[in-house]
Amino acid sequence: MTAVRIPPTLRGEVGGERQVEAEGATVRELLDDLAAKYPALGAQVLENGGVAPFVNVYLGGEDVRTLDGLETAVAPGQTLILLPAMAGGSC
Amino acid sequence: MLKTADNLLSLVGNTPLVELRRLSPKSSVRLYAKLEGQNPTGSIKDRVAKSMIEAAEASGGLEPGRRLLEPTSGNTGISLALVAKLKGYPLTCVMPENATEERIRVLRLYGADIVFSPADEGSNGAVRMALELAAQDPELFMPFQYGNVANPRAHYEGTGAEIAEALDRVDILVAGLGTGGTLMGTGERLRESFPDVVVAAAEPLPGDPVMGLRSLADGYVPPILDVAKLDRKVLVSNAESVAGLHALLDLEGVFGGVSAGAVVHVARRLADELDDGVVVCVLADAGWKYLSADFWDSPKLDKAGIEASMERTVWW
Repeated sequence: MTAVRIPPTLRGEVGGERQVEAEGATVRELLDDLAAKYPALGAQVLENGGVAPFVNVYLGGEDVRTLDGLETAVAPGQTLILLPAMAGGSC
Repeated sequence: MLKTADNLLSLVGNTPLVELRRLSPKSSVRLYAKLEGQNPTGSIKDRVAKSMIEAAEASGGLEPGRRLLEPTSGNTGISLALVAKLKGYPLTCVMPENATEERIRVLRLYGADIVFSPADEGSNGAVRMALELAAQDPELFMPFQYGNVANPRAHYEGTGAEIAEALDRVDILVAGLGTGGTLMGTGERLRESFPDVVVAAAEPLPGDPVMGLRSLADGYVPPILDVAKLDRKVLVSNAESVAGLHALLDLEGVFGGVSAGAVVHVARRLADELDDGVVVCVLADAGWKYLSADFWDSPKLDKAGIEASMERTVWW
């Protein structure tokens, strides 16, 4: 099982939890498993078979878009983090 | 080297590049820091502000004396305030109401007006409010660093060119991700000289209170940022940024801002993946504007304490 951190914006979709668990060998499998368990979350995070534009998905602290995207392999002990895309401020 | 400068704006850029031998995780990897805190107002944003205003003047889009409006959590506003003062434009900045006190005071001292946006909306809220204000009042001119190509161009022609000139090898570039201007412009210029350079972003992991509770549709990706042009994009927690800041100060005597700490954290991690090579960190500002923060006392605070003390503010 992989721990998945849920941002405040999406906690309503998972019963208020800050962190849930999902199973899968790749990021795609993790997100599919999440969507099966929490359909309302899946509807927000996934769009046309990919990650929705204003959602960032991180594995091991790195954006999966700069890894192998949804096909990025998940290693034991890694955490998946979902975040809304935020405008950086000053630097 | 000029012996005198005709005014402060001609001193923007050409910042020093210093080697950080003690911070490098291995002697075969050379780590360099571009000290952007040495720009006239103390941050890399002097380059951006000067570039955006001069581009608008050159294109005829900005008439003399017209009021400027910009969403900013601090540094860009301070840089625009200097440029605006010297060139004779009034300035209004939109910033989250939880910005650090130093930034608010400095902006006011430079003569800028401030409009506050809700703290819990973070920078997204400042962007949204500035866009609304500009739509209501056509007299306002918004440089808009998030969407202005003069922002990355300042780094292509300045930051990146200066690094390419100074070094004969760059394997990894690390800079903080905010608007994306530094990474896009510097990265593009360095790829011309060093085609295999890895362009790496250090990205803040925001605290829950500044993420707000609104829908994902309120998310924002700056128009000038093309994530496909980043080779790495690494999240950095506030505690990791603070650890980076202390390492910079303790080992090298460099007093950096919060994003500088994050950049150093990522640079050391990526440097460790190299057998040998050159890593360049762009340190966007110095620590002065963060002195009122509690995290400097972090030997007394554990990781959770640092996170708790920082989670209510947007740090970069």
